[in-house]
Amino acid sequence: MLKKISKIPFSDTPEQAAKLDAIIAECAGDASQLMHVMQVAQDIYGYLPFEVQRKIADGMNVPLEKVYGVATFYAQFALSPKGKYAISVCLGTACYVKGSQGVLDELCAQLGIGPEECTEDGKFSLTACRCIGACGLAPVMVVNDDVYGKITASDVKGILAKYAE
Amino acid sequence: MYRSHVLVCGGTGCTSSNSPKIIETFEAQIKEKGLEDEVKVIRTGCFGLCALGPVVVVYPEGCFYSEVKVEDVPEIVEEHLLKGRIVQRLLYDETKSTEEVKPLKETDFYKKQKRVALRNCGVINPEDINEYIAYDGYQALAKCLTELKPEEVIQIVKDSGLRGRGGGGFPTGLKWSFTAANKADQKYVVCNADEGDPGAFMDRSVLEGDPHCIIEAMTICGYATGATEGYIYVRAEYPIAVKRLEIAIAQAKELGLLGKDIFGSGFDFDLHIKLGAGAFVCGEETALMTSIEGNRGEPRPRPPYPAVKGLFGKPTTENNVETFANIPTIIREGAAYFASMGTEKSKGTKVFALGGKIKNTGLVEIPMGTTLREIIEEIGGGIPNGKKFKAAQTGGPSGGCIPMSLIDTPIDYDNLTAIGCMMGSGGLIVMDEDNCMVDIAKFFLNFTVDESCGKCTPCRVGTRRLLEMLDKITSGNGTLEDLDKLEELCYYIKENSLCGLGQTAPNPVLATLKFFRDEYVAHVVDKKCPAGVCKDLLQYKIIADKCKGCTACARKCPVGAISGTVKNPHTIDTSKCIKCGACIETCKFGAIVKE
Repeated sequence: MLKKISKIPFSDTPEQAAKLDAIIAECAGDASQLMHVMQVAQDIYGYLPFEVQRKIADGMNVPLEKVYGVATFYAQFALSPKGKYAISVCLGTACYVKGSQGVLDELCAQLGIGPEECTEDGKFSLTACRCIGACGLAPVMVVNDDVYGKITASDVKGILAKYAE
Repeated sequence: MYRSHVLVCGGTGCTSSNSPKIIETFEAQIKEKGLEDEVKVIRTGCFGLCALGPVVVVYPEGCFYSEVKVEDVPEIVEEHLLKGRIVQRLLYDETKSTEEVKPLKETDFYKKQKRVALRNCGVINPEDINEYIAYDGYQALAKCLTELKPEEVIQIVKDSGLRGRGGGGFPTGLKWSFTAANKADQKYVVCNADEGDPGAFMDRSVLEGDPHCIIEAMTICGYATGATEGYIYVRAEYPIAVKRLEIAIAQAKELGLLGKDIFGSGFDFDLHIKLGAGAFVCGEETALMTSIEGNRGEPRPRPPYPAVKGLFGKPTTENNVETFANIPTIIREGAAYFASMGTEKSKGTKVFALGGKIKNTGLVEIPMGTTLREIIEEIGGGIPNGKKFKAAQTGGPSGGCIPMSLIDTPIDYDNLTAIGCMMGSGGLIVMDEDNCMVDIAKFFLNFTVDESCGKCTPCRVGTRRLLEMLDKITSGNGTLEDLDKLEELCYYIKENSLCGLGQTAPNPVLATLKFFRDEYVAHVVDKKCPAGVCKDLLQYKIIADKCKGCTACARKCPVGAISGTVKNPHTIDTSKCIKCGACIETCKFGAIVKE
């Protein structure tokens, strides 16, 4: 899976750094915990900047290339930040046969971005995901934690308007 | 003692449509009316009928309220719980009857189902171990540890005829006996809950609705095979399932049903949860183990099989969630009970996640041998909007499709394999005449190209070439020769790929080529998409006779491709048209067609 790598300069707060140090210290010495540490790190920063990957590699005593290898292998790990409102459209089979591709196309048109991209103002990011398991509500899109089910392309404009602030 | 119980579905589907808020409102309203000592609100797992969610069931009457909104809650509390009058307007249509409420068991959706793996889903509170125990929970484990020898446990599982529910269908008892036969200082049990097939949510529903049955089954497996540690590998996309598993493990440990010296038998067993991170290939057993070890989830060549050299290089038994979910019942009720259900070579039941173009989307569990027609027409309630059934897709990106001509095939492992399809893990997506089978094949290939881990060339490069050929066909540039090449490459990939992902990736193409070759030919020869899906082969047209000139379509068109004056027929400029279909949705006169 090809991933977009962020060029935004990295900066973090002392709180973020302290949290990352704590989880690395807790799991150092057990290489099988690498994914767990990366998942926590992504919760802290929202994505996995290169600097964070390096810190994990050093702290866990594994090669940086392994951390990078794991980060690029799994869909969950992001190498660029998400928007303030992260939108995902389900392209699982149940949603697809009920027309979720049309919903995704409409979102791309409305936001002027493609899948796996973020708007310039950092407000919306868009992903196409594989099955969130709410197949009874197909087609489904999710904005942060809000789930919208049984939608059509014509509902997109109204949903986006709710996040206009 | 409570006089009434209000069960609210807390599965992912109903949670997505606001069931947590419904529970909150119920609790607040019940308190307001001073009924908190008389009525209990319980968050359960999935009831199965997801299409009608959020679902609320009130006992003892057994009223099945469907599509409940937060605003409906005060009415249910006031009318039903306080005054004892059933709120007729919210009842599931099929349970309405002139005298009293018709039991859920007698509705078309539930009538033909047989719940073994899902027996507690939608029945108990999954976050309370006592409710599981009250429904015979942990009895099977007690029986194994105190009355049976490990080899006797394996014999019971063998006799039951249980086969792996993850899709492969390997006999479970045999798998356990392989691990048991190997001597090692440490062995493992792994539960595969990395349900990656898009459109399938059986395993998630079991974990959400009945997490203790998995803990109990894994402990039994540990005892039978000589393992003392287990891992449950769950998709990170299933937060509710993970949370309930964590609660369940903590409760089981507290009661001594997990941990050291279980039931005073001297047997120790411990469980860990590992979160996946979104990689379809990790559903393959060796890739899953590589992932648990903290690596890129790439598969390993077999042999050595996991029973010899599995997780961390130790003998390991890996089973899927639904397989484990059957174990406690098999031990408790006996092998003969389980084997009495199903067909000659496929015993027991199978859970399917029914989705797509079907009225009753949701979760169904049927005895093996039930026909697809019964599932779709009777349990599923048929195809909505009067459309015609075209095919049912099973097995997701690794599976095939069943056309109308084979709809009466009794469903079991061998029958499905014989018609070039597969059982799969249980995703069952129904497609109607509006779905293009070439497009569906392309959809699945897109998925496998994305998810191929890249380790072996036939899969990494081969699936991409397949996708390119399908692209060529759906864009109207294909030739008849391409169809033969397509088939040839499919067989090459099947034979030469390293793991199950690559070996099964061509199945959606092969199955659609076999049953819907005419659709491929239409794309290639006539340059038409009969279902009207493949955009490059479509033209939108306004039928002048039907157009009233209402201008609705022209206003809706996002690219201004429709022109015309009021009360006169409009026309579409096909060079501007982006084929989004917004005009068809808007037109009230059926004047716009795609062809």
